[in-house]
Amino acid sequence: MENERKLTIARAMAEATAQEMRRDNSVFVMGEDIGQLGGVYGNTRGLWKEFGPERVRDTPISETAFIGAAVGAAQDGMRPVVELMFVDFFGVCMDAIYNLMAKNIYFSGGKFKVPMVLMTSVGGGYSDGGQHSQCLYGTFAHLPGMKVICPSNAYDAKGMMIEAIRDDSPVVYMYHKGLQGMGWLGTESGATVHTPSEDYTVPFGKAKVVREGGDVTLVGIGMSVHDSLKAAEKLESQGVSAEVVDLRSLVPLDRDTVFNSVAKTGRLIVVDEDYKSFGLTGEIITTIAERDISVLKASPQRVAYPDIPIPFSRPMERFALPNPDKIVAAYNEMN
Amino acid sequence: MVSRFFEEAMESIYMEGKTPVFNMAEGPIPGEMHLSNGQEPCAVGVIAHLTAGDIVTATHRPHHQAIAKGVDLDKMAAEIFGKKTGLSGGRGGHMHIFDADVNFACSGIIGQGMGPAVGAALSRKMRGEDGVAVAFLGEGAVNQGAFHESLNLASVWKLPVIFVVEDNAWGISVSKKQSTAVEHNAVRAQAYNMPGRFIADNDPIALFDVAGVAIEAARAGHGPTLIEVETYRLAGHFMGDAEDYRPEGEIDGLKAKDPILVMKKRLINDGLLTEDQHTALSDKAKARVDAAITFARESDFPAPEEALEKVFV
Ligand SMILES: Cc1ncc(C[n+]2csc(CCOP(=O)(O)OP(=O)(O)O)c2C)c(N)n1
Repeated sequence: MENERKLTIARAMAEATAQEMRRDNSVFVMGEDIGQLGGVYGNTRGLWKEFGPERVRDTPISETAFIGAAVGAAQDGMRPVVELMFVDFFGVCMDAIYNLMAKNIYFSGGKFKVPMVLMTSVGGGYSDGGQHSQCLYGTFAHLPGMKVICPSNAYDAKGMMIEAIRDDSPVVYMYHKGLQGMGWLGTESGATVHTPSEDYTVPFGKAKVVREGGDVTLVGIGMSVHDSLKAAEKLESQGVSAEVVDLRSLVPLDRDTVFNSVAKTGRLIVVDEDYKSFGLTGEIITTIAERDISVLKASPQRVAYPDIPIPFSRPMERFALPNPDKIVAAYNEMN
Repeated sequence: MVSRFFEEAMESIYMEGKTPVFNMAEGPIPGEMHLSNGQEPCAVGVIAHLTAGDIVTATHRPHHQAIAKGVDLDKMAAEIFGKKTGLSGGRGGHMHIFDADVNFACSGIIGQGMGPAVGAALSRKMRGEDGVAVAFLGEGAVNQGAFHESLNLASVWKLPVIFVVEDNAWGISVSKKQSTAVEHNAVRAQAYNMPGRFIADNDPIALFDVAGVAIEAARAGHGPTLIEVETYRLAGHFMGDAEDYRPEGEIDGLKAKDPILVMKKRLINDGLLTEDQHTALSDKAKARVDAAITFARESDFPAPEEALEKVFV
């Protein structure tokens, strides 16, 4: 492509945040190691240098306090972008998230706005053990009052960050570590894509058909979109044409795009790196079952994380993670 | 010394498979690796007073405490390699060292070792059994709610628990000065009506004395103590950390105060150790670590399906 400008998700997030900070003085950033270090996952790199420690604040390891503070600042007219370094750490601060951030708009009858972004890293695959590798999208999406999104590529990452900062409601912005483009972590190259330098938004609640096909629909978010795309290639060589849907946001959830795709293909496989039970995969299948089960030519399948804590050891973690081969196998088992 | 040799072995093995391109997911030891080089005095100064029956809870940086507590070194090394013969069969990894035989447990979530230490102390007290619990934490953890809640609970219930803050001045890239309102956390003990002690200069002997008094008091039913130890993180926060946030020269200054070298000099000066004895001790420690590493390397990986086991017992 001419004038191609490939960015990593990390750089796209930082660029979006910087552009919004230049445009709007009420935008500021808080979190652990997001200042001089630029974020453990690089998504605030350059901000501290440009905007200084007043607007780019390294915090103590006090998530309850600074996420609670973000809620208060947001209600008082600021637009905080706060980082929970790993989603796994939500345990120490969930009250500020689900009882304050997610409910204060409702409790105030809509009189308070809570325009804050909670960005947090998700995902495993690099042997970081069971307290540093979870996705937990479903946990957040289950609780009403917060938007929950996860980009699969840098173009969406930038547009969704700008959309999130401008939103008057709280947005949980989940970014997958394996898509960040951090050299030291290994990265999915499909996530590093052309990203325009100007500002633009990508609306929430609009899933994207990232590959068209007629025989089966593969639905995923974040990393599982890339697994699905690779599976679609493999299926292609088997003579099967797979359509891939990138949900992009769980709340709001674009049920229409999922339904329309499955109505066309008649087959559904939901791919998810989050735990299998009581989560995203079940919700997507329900979307079809509730609306019109007759569009299904076969029982839907799910390729999701088994209901176990994430093991450290490489062979065990590999065994538990979704992958393209598992998706192909799931297709081949469909009748 | 065992601990230091262990960390040095970790340091070089961790880099295997990670050069020329550093990728955390590669090599025989993948994932994050937080080394304890320089912080050994905090572990030995306290744990020397404990028996296998006493309880220790540790953090994301647990090797020195685990070794001091007598965690099985072979199985610990194997766990860090993700092997079937590891303490947890490869399920835990370096941030989750658990050894029930010596009552050792960890949490990689900051501050979250503290509640379980308080609870273990409560359990011993309720059953009228002997036993002291020690919760180790970094100075960054003192700004977590769990720190304050645990201190208060331990104090109002007069539990036999000791809180040991290893102050290495840094929480990843954020300095203690930037993040903590008081210079020494020992003063925070006052707020919870318990003794607070500060140990300067990473001094294992001074710590040994103070910890001895605290542990004796805990065993006698007089309740908890908070101890903060000024210590040094000689490595990065984790392997691969560029450490650009450190002021220039800091690391050289710290290395000059390397506690292993300082202790050696002190023992020799005091006439308690000869060069030959030191060499013998050092060789023995090195051989112990080498054996553990060999055991870990030669062990098999677990079968992938074993991931599904041990969720419940
Ligand atoms: C609740 C929680 N927040 C953040 C982190 C990420 N984190 C891991 S280590 C660390 C710094 C800890 O500093 P300190 O307690 O001083 O221990 P040190 O690393 O210096 O040994 C941080 C912020 C975490 N593991 N848990």
